[in-house]
Amino acid sequence: MSLFDKHAIFEKNSILLTVGILVVVAIGGLVEIVPLFYLKSTIETVEGIRPYTPLELAGRNIYVREGCYLCHSQMVRPMRDEIERYGHFSLAAESQYDKPFQWGSKRTGPDLARVGGKYSDEWHVAHLIDPRQVVPASIMPGYPFLTSELKADRIADDLKVLQIEGVPYTTEHVENARLDLHAQLNPDGDVEAFLARYPKAVVRDFDGDPSKVTEMDALVAYLQHLGTFVDFKVYDDKANLR
Amino acid sequence: MAHHEVDHVSGVTTTGHEWDGIKELNNPLPRWWLYVFYATIVWSFGYFLVYPSWPTLTGYTKGLLGYSQREAALTAVAEGAAARLQAGQGLADATLETIQGDPKLLEFAMANGKAAFGDNCAPCHGSGATGSKGYPNLQDDDWLWGGSLDAIHQTITVGIRSTHEESRISDMPAFGRDGLLERDQIKAVASYVRSLSGLPVPEGADLATGGTVYAENCASCHGEKGEGMAEMGAPNLADAIWLYGSDEKTVVETITNARRGVMPAWDGRLDPVTVKSLAVYVHALGGGS
Repeated sequence: MSLFDKHAIFEKNSILLTVGILVVVAIGGLVEIVPLFYLKSTIETVEGIRPYTPLELAGRNIYVREGCYLCHSQMVRPMRDEIERYGHFSLAAESQYDKPFQWGSKRTGPDLARVGGKYSDEWHVAHLIDPRQVVPASIMPGYPFLTSELKADRIADDLKVLQIEGVPYTTEHVENARLDLHAQLNPDGDVEAFLARYPKAVVRDFDGDPSKVTEMDALVAYLQHLGTFVDFKVYDDKANLR
Repeated sequence: MAHHEVDHVSGVTTTGHEWDGIKELNNPLPRWWLYVFYATIVWSFGYFLVYPSWPTLTGYTKGLLGYSQREAALTAVAEGAAARLQAGQGLADATLETIQGDPKLLEFAMANGKAAFGDNCAPCHGSGATGSKGYPNLQDDDWLWGGSLDAIHQTITVGIRSTHEESRISDMPAFGRDGLLERDQIKAVASYVRSLSGLPVPEGADLATGGTVYAENCASCHGEKGEGMAEMGAPNLADAIWLYGSDEKTVVETITNARRGVMPAWDGRLDPVTVKSLAVYVHALGGGS
């Protein structure tokens, strides 16, 4: 009986087959996944990446809650057509604090990895309430309910969980989460401490209604930051070829 | 474990499995299928050798071709840019006026501008550039910040109330919200502003008060006769074009809370040639000045 006839052993013994499959898949997993944890070249060394502000994080939670990732990707692939439409291809470093990442796998709508700063806040608010108001041919559903009050009682806990997962939030970040969330919306208030914790964060009222903190504030703050951390004028492409 | 029972109809051995008298034939996989499968295994060894594939302790095997997807993409983008530069030769160095005077450059700039407009500008200004409430119509000859080639180019580059350092900025005061004017004064000046462009005013409107309030608060930017001022981005109030609406309620709302529309800066997001092309394209749309 030659080696090639030995498959009958696996085919006739379900336990053995299960173990065999496990071994094969484990080898694949070890080779493909484990190196990503120890290889330094997995994540580029880039300036400017910081953890989310509490407001952006609250917006991100809404993004996930509403399932935006089902139609929008956040991943500009290294291909000419994508780079010319969306901008520089995404870097691993840009989503290193995304847990879980929002790369997505389907584009019913456009990619959002670099949407930050592309449109005005007013546009985002109008577009989220009723997309047809600004883009007549859009098939995106409206989200008018986002103008309701933001419930962010547990935002400090959110930061804490991410801290456990390895995002470099300090105890100071966690303790001031609620304060920072409000600080980012009020340019006339005391923003110094906030900006010290989150350098270069954008402080303004995002939904055009300074009287209350809405889900719209959070989501627009999140959208307006996307893809804006890395300054590609100083980013060294040659040093980070993969 | 050897079952050598032969099915008498097909002449093939059985596996020995039987369900209700139905027996499983032990047909081998088709030969061609097996050979293709073996060939893919052989192919993978060639792939390991030529392309980046296996992780090592400090990096990964680079492969004989030294292929890098990022490098390939950047090269493709650079080649595309070079080809475009060739096609629109001189566009990078030419002034906006030269582009407009040179049929070949103009044709290229218009095509380039149209493509960029569809992707970047249409979401606000509309695919036909006719604008909508709060987003100016670019097809007419009314310009908030000036309609000359240079003015349009500057607006696209730095944006309006954007995050750009040199952004165009002007802040209309929120006369009502910040308590600068009384409710009656706002009503009066709203009627007066509407009267500037010949719109009907309600009976008993206090145009005299409105005129005084206007002269004291509005004229410095919008002009004595409401003709507007492009340096301040102050719209002409004496024409029939209204960005947010001309009805009494909207005008009162505008005076009470002010309008501070934002246009993003495109410097950095779009390359200089594309920004130039856009300026020429937008200028040609409806009548730049």
